[in-house]
This record gives sequence, structure tokens and C-alpha cells, in this order.
Amino acid sequence: MVLKGRVWKFGDSISTDLICPGRYFHLRSNLPELAKHVLEDADPEFVKKMSEGDFVVAGNNFGLGSSREHAPTIIKLSGVSAVLAKSFARIFYRNAINVGLPLLECNTDKISEGDELEVDLSTGIIKDKTKGFELRAKPLPRAMLNILKDGGLVAHIQKHKDFKLD
Amino acid sequence: MGKTLAEKILSEKSGQNARAGDIVIAKVDVAAFQDGTGPLGVKQLQKMKISKVKAKTALFFLDHAAPSPRKELSNDHILLREFSRKSGAKLSDIGEGVIHQRLIESFVKPGDVVIGGDSHTCTSGALGAFATGMGSTDVAIGMAMGKTWFRVPDTFRIEVQGQLPPGVFSKDLILYLIGQLGADGATYKALEFGGDGIERLSMASRFVLSNMAVEAGAKVGLIASDRKTREYLKSRGRLKDWRPIAPDKDATYERVIRINAKKLVPQVAFPHTVDNTKPVTRAKGIKVDQVFIGTCTNGRIEDLKIAAKILKNKKRASHTRLIIVPASKNVYLEAMKLGLLEIFVRAGAIIMGPGCGPCVGVHQGVLGDGEVCLSTANRNFKGRMGNPKGFIYLASPATAAYSAIRGKISDPREIFKKRPRKKG
Repeated sequence: MVLKGRVWKFGDSISTDLICPGRYFHLRSNLPELAKHVLEDADPEFVKKMSEGDFVVAGNNFGLGSSREHAPTIIKLSGVSAVLAKSFARIFYRNAINVGLPLLECNTDKISEGDELEVDLSTGIIKDKTKGFELRAKPLPRAMLNILKDGGLVAHIQKHKDFKLD
Repeated sequence: MGKTLAEKILSEKSGQNARAGDIVIAKVDVAAFQDGTGPLGVKQLQKMKISKVKAKTALFFLDHAAPSPRKELSNDHILLREFSRKSGAKLSDIGEGVIHQRLIESFVKPGDVVIGGDSHTCTSGALGAFATGMGSTDVAIGMAMGKTWFRVPDTFRIEVQGQLPPGVFSKDLILYLIGQLGADGATYKALEFGGDGIERLSMASRFVLSNMAVEAGAKVGLIASDRKTREYLKSRGRLKDWRPIAPDKDATYERVIRINAKKLVPQVAFPHTVDNTKPVTRAKGIKVDQVFIGTCTNGRIEDLKIAAKILKNKKRASHTRLIIVPASKNVYLEAMKLGLLEIFVRAGAIIMGPGCGPCVGVHQGVLGDGEVCLSTANRNFKGRMGNPKGFIYLASPATAAYSAIRGKISDPREIFKKRPRKKG
């Protein structure tokens, strides 16, 4: 599957508090409303500026902090097609795969805000169309790839009636 | 070849020879949710038409919004109360306390696998349990099926020698370590704390270390189950739950980090990341608008005793609000019996009911624009306490209590020098 979109660039250590602020705790059972505040404390204008299919591109340790699955869920709901970062925090990584949000681990230094990207999820090849270079993302571990291919953990368990990770 | 604590527990619970890097399916002994992550978990189970749970111990804790400040959260609480009644899960309603404190007090045993819909589930690691935080879907499915999958983590052995000096606590030790490792320095790893410096720590102090393992990115923060663990479980009327569990002497570690406890000084984490730690001397004089003593990190009776010792017959600075939140009903009752609550109220503190208090920015002490809070919690991310324009510093209960009196961040060794701690 090839995804195309524009880049919104963020820095290092984008915590789940920046992605899904605690002050909107009461909206956690209202995900479409919560999604209007995605990444608000990292960039208050993000939701207004972005379009369906765009990419969030960040530095190290994206998604550190709380276990709130709402963080990857509302990134996905807002229309972001994938998150590219140098590294991801552990719980966020697993949550994102579980809810079907693609993550790509790669060196994001050369990608700038506004760049047009083409991302092939099956090969992990990222093309920066604006600057004309190519990157390859670290492949997902097989267990996670199996879950992502099934469309997330709920779909995986419904399909196999058990974990089928090999 | 020997095994680390993580490999030992996961081998037992998966029935496989679990080695770092392996993928295993392990039995789940305890699966727990809090009120911020439980509703999404319950909805996932409803989507899958699952109405009963298989995990030996399944629990829902209402602690983040306790009591609820808004109708939306009250409705989430209704959902969790109803689901637990019908599914066979236990409910810990508002006023019982923070999930992690309640788990260690009454539910987790050495050698257990514990999964929780809260990143600080690693707190139970100090009991020698493989305890880790996960998202709602993972915990819901683990709760329903009584098992989950793990990648067996590589382990960083944190070898601590010697006794902490007066005025320096395990909170300072873990803040120092996180400062050294960085917030992602142990991502995907197990931290395993050991050495004579850990053996001599009380369980209350050990829980602080395990609680904050996730702040270096770690999956678990494990400590061997020993005599101190036995004493703790006995004091909770759970002696039968105790068993010894320790890593093998010839276990393989990815890294060994040695810390000399004697050389440590009180630490402060500066805004807005936990690894932004500095010695308290570098923070001295920073004006503080609010001091918060509590949470799953430092809201235990031992923490409140230290705070009370410092606050006795003293008053908070007139410009500094002081909020104290016992981590559980049991802690609250004990503080009441010991007369600590009166000391706090006379010192000008406000005491909240057991729960997470202002830690997550839901209620009870949201910061104003530009305000500074010195907190005993485990996180100081921008926006954490309800306002991205607030500034959160993290420290030990002793640093927090002393700073509340002085109205600015202060070095607690100034008072501990005059009153040396008793041995032990």
C-alpha cells in the first residue's frame, strides 16, 4: 500500500500528554471530539492546518509517557496516514499497531515540514518527492506485522481466535 | 546459562525457555484498568461480544477522576461499574486509592505477570512481579483471554552499593538514574535493581524505583523478592502470597550500571522532561506556587511520615499552596491514626481523598498560566497538570515538604543535618 501526503514536522520527545492532553480527559469516550485536540500542546494549529493523508514526522522517542491508547487512536482518526520518527516509545508503538496506525522508524533529519512524501508500507521505502531522496524504514517485528496486516489486535483475535504471531 | 528476573518469570508463565529477544505467550495473573483507559478497553470487549473475563484477577480502579468532576467522566464510571458487575472483574471505587498502590497492597504476588492499562503498572515490579503498562486493547484482550504476548526484554542490571545519606531518598536515586540514562535510554528493556543498596531499602522506597522505570522507557522495573518483601506482605496479612524469587548469579545482562548511593545528593527534574534532572543545589531559590505530595510514586505512609516530620509545627509559605493526597484509603487511615493529617492541616495543607489527585490534570489543583509546581509525582511533561503554560518540577517528599515551608525549592539536607536519621 502506498501512502501519499504532506509532512508536518515535530521535534523529539512528543509525549502522549502533548498528543492527547489530560485536560480533555472527559472526552475520552468521545473520540471524534477528542481528535479535534490531537497534538494540540505540540502545535495548537495542527488540526486546522493538516489534511487527510498527511504524515506526522518527528525525532526521538515519539509517544513517550502514558499508556493511553487514545493517543495513536486520535492521530489515526484525525486523518494522519502514518507517523515517521527516529524512535518510538514502547507502549505507544504497540498501541499504534493494535489500532492500525502505521509507524515507520527511520532517520527523519533530512525531511522538512511541507515535503511531499510517498510511503510504501509493504517495502518500508519512503520517497521524499520534494527533495528527491529515498529512505528505508526499519522493518516491523514479525509479530507486529502479523497484527497490523490483520487490521489491528481486535481483528487479529477475531480472525484467529487466539494470538497467531509466527 | 542463568536467567534474569524477567527471563525467569516469563519462562514460568509461558512454559517455554524464555530468553531475551524471544516472543512468548504468557499467562496473565493480574489484569487491571483505571478509569481513563478502562472505558476504551470495555468497548473493545463489547465490540468482540466478550462479556466474561478469564484472567485470575481482573480489576477496575476508579482513581484518576475521583470523585468525578464532570458528567462525561461520571458516565464512564457507570460503564465500568456495570461491566465489572457483569463480567466477574472486581471494582475498586472512588476513595479506595490509586491502581498501583492498591495492586501492591492487596493483589500482586512475587512471580506474577501483571498487565495494566496505565504506564506505571511497573510499580509492582518491586514485589518481583513482571508488571507492565499496556494500552486498552492489549489489556482488554489479556483480561478476557487470561494471557498475552511479550517480547522477552534484554535487561539492564542497576547495581546499587551503600546507604543513601541523610536527606537523600530512593526518589533521588531514580531521578539521578533517569537523568543518566535519558527518557529513552532503556526503551524495550527490563531494569533490574539489586546490590546491597537495594537490599537495605524499605519496600516503600523500592516501589518508587520500579514505579519510575518507565520514565527511562523500560518495560519493567524488577527487584528480587526477599526478606523485606516477605515482611511487607506479612504486614498486609498476605504472608501466604510470599515466595522468594531472584535472578541467577550467572544471568546475562546487556548492561550493568553501578551507582554508589553514598555519593548521591537530592535531585530535581526540571520542566518538561523527567530526564532533565539536576542536583537540588542547582534549583535552590526557584519560587514555588504549589507543592503536591502524593501519587503512586510517593503517596505512601512512609512518604507522609517524612513530610509530617518536616511540617510539624511549621507553616507553608503564604504564597505556596500545599496539596497532600494519600495514595490509598489504607494510607489515609494510617495517616489519620498517626496524627499526620492534623500536622498537615495545621501546616496549611489541603488533604484530598485517596486517588491520583492533580497528577494527570483532571482535577484538584490544575496550574495557572506561568505557575510552578513542585511535585512528588513521576511526570512533568508540558500540560501534564492540566495547563501547558504551567511548570512542573519533580522531587522527593522531603524536598517537597521543606520547599513548601520556604516557598522556594530548597535542599532538605539542611534539616536532616541537624536531625540524623535512625539506623535502618
